[in-house]
Amino acid sequence: MAVAKGGMTGASNAAFWAVFTLPAIWIALFFVVPLSVIWAYSFGRTLGLTQVEITGTLANYARVFDPIYLWIFAKSLVFAGATTAICLIIGFPYALVMTFASPRGKIALLLAIMLPFWTNLLVRTYALMAVMRTEGWVNRGFGLVGIGPFEMLHTNFAVVTGLVYVHLPFIVLPLFSTLDRLDRSLIEASLDLGAGHVRTIFQVVIPIVWPGILSAVLLCFIPALGSYLTPDLLGGTDSQMIASVIERQFKRANDWPFGAALSFMLMYLTLAAMVWRALAERRAVVRSAR
Amino acid sequence: MSRQSQRGPLDYASRWSLRLWVAGVMLFLYLPLASLILFSFNDSKRTIRWEGFTLDWYARLANDDALISAFANSLTIAALSTLFSVVFGTMAAIALWRFRFPGRGLFDAMITLPIVVPEICMGVAMLVFFGTVMPWPRDLVWPLDLGAIVIAHITFSFPFVTVVVRARLASFNREMEEAARDLGASELRAFWDIVLPHLRPALISGALLAFTLSLDDFVITFFTAGPNTVTFPVKIYSMVRFSVTPEVNAASTVLMAITVALTLIGMKFQRTEITKPDTGQPEPE
Repeated sequence: MAVAKGGMTGASNAAFWAVFTLPAIWIALFFVVPLSVIWAYSFGRTLGLTQVEITGTLANYARVFDPIYLWIFAKSLVFAGATTAICLIIGFPYALVMTFASPRGKIALLLAIMLPFWTNLLVRTYALMAVMRTEGWVNRGFGLVGIGPFEMLHTNFAVVTGLVYVHLPFIVLPLFSTLDRLDRSLIEASLDLGAGHVRTIFQVVIPIVWPGILSAVLLCFIPALGSYLTPDLLGGTDSQMIASVIERQFKRANDWPFGAALSFMLMYLTLAAMVWRALAERRAVVRSAR
Repeated sequence: MSRQSQRGPLDYASRWSLRLWVAGVMLFLYLPLASLILFSFNDSKRTIRWEGFTLDWYARLANDDALISAFANSLTIAALSTLFSVVFGTMAAIALWRFRFPGRGLFDAMITLPIVVPEICMGVAMLVFFGTVMPWPRDLVWPLDLGAIVIAHITFSFPFVTVVVRARLASFNREMEEAARDLGASELRAFWDIVLPHLRPALISGALLAFTLSLDDFVITFFTAGPNTVTFPVKIYSMVRFSVTPEVNAASTVLMAITVALTLIGMKFQRTEITKPDTGQPEPE
């Protein structure tokens, strides 16, 4: 049934089943089944504490379009979008420096961006909380130059800052890997032909690495959209994102079907973002083929 | 720094404007963490003003049984999850790289999906799954009581290993393996002697990735954990919720030190891979 690729002979059926079976069963049992259950629940209604009757109702999805929840969805999209844009602006020059650094510099810069990334998310968020408090470092710095203190913690500003702080590596690493593969002679050609550095970057580098930029944007946007911890700890009462609402349905409010519907709306948004990227990538390929 | 005088047009790394930018990013990334570490040594209950050096908070940590057991749980979960993730992840990568089979696209999608599915969705799915479909017995002996969390962690970690291993397999020269087979090596032998050594950097970075993903995870664990199976991040979360104390700073610093150590080990293994591009493109001077 399984055929080895590339016309190689001898790669047997037994070898295929040996590597295929375990991951396939695992992903089916512990990923497909749980998500299917949630999906089924989104068409049901609550009976008891953990009892859900699947009635095929669309009432849960209808409730998602309640202005209160639509507003939260919109706000989550704006937060994630702003986060991605800021990360891209901060991260692109960083990735550029990384690409053209010496081998040792490359390692140092990679390490510098990876260390916070490898540090626990909670620790990082907690560190930001301490810095952004009214009596924290930042406000004391403002105090020195005679302004402030500003109320920063538990605001939307804190949420976006926290999201940027957490998601910066998601942008820098894919950007670096595409920039690193870029053919440098194209930049040299552009410079030789008289274009400045800024113009070269915008008219030569960015169009070439565009698919890579899209990947980076997506890698940042998707986790930012579904963030739970950052808005929970850094945000105020009006900076809730989708994830906080989902959590509430499953824990305190105990309305699993509605929580399931919200989860799947978030999943559809995520998948839509991926489809958008696939289409954009295809367009980029078509354009470069012309 | 004699190179600076004759720097080439592409030497973006030594332009002062870009260097300043990088310095700014560093400050943004490290100032909060540095302040967190500094105040874990502060001799004051309040984490605002520096009152003098102390190790009291670390001593208090060492005597906090709940925190220690949460920490042991986290390390156990991470170790088990890493082991299974590397095995499953590598298997899936090889299946996708080597074979054509009906439903290959579907399998590929199913393996990739856990990476993109929002954590919160996976968290609630696990909550429902272990609550209704496959209830995990509550009063098992340690470490069996961690089973549900371990399963959840393997599920979201091994697709990452698959990605890393697949990327590495793409640069594998198939002729090497064919040569080995022509010379009489069995399929397994050729895999063991030729493919696996090529994969080693990917296996190491995949393992470190899986370990930190597991150690770092809060959201999915938060939904999977029972009252008796608290992990380190879940414990810190409840501490942060209740109060901001130097003890939390100390606990965070410990966790940070571990991940930094792991990162350095990982970088040491990967070092040659980063500096040596696979494309054979010469390093610019």
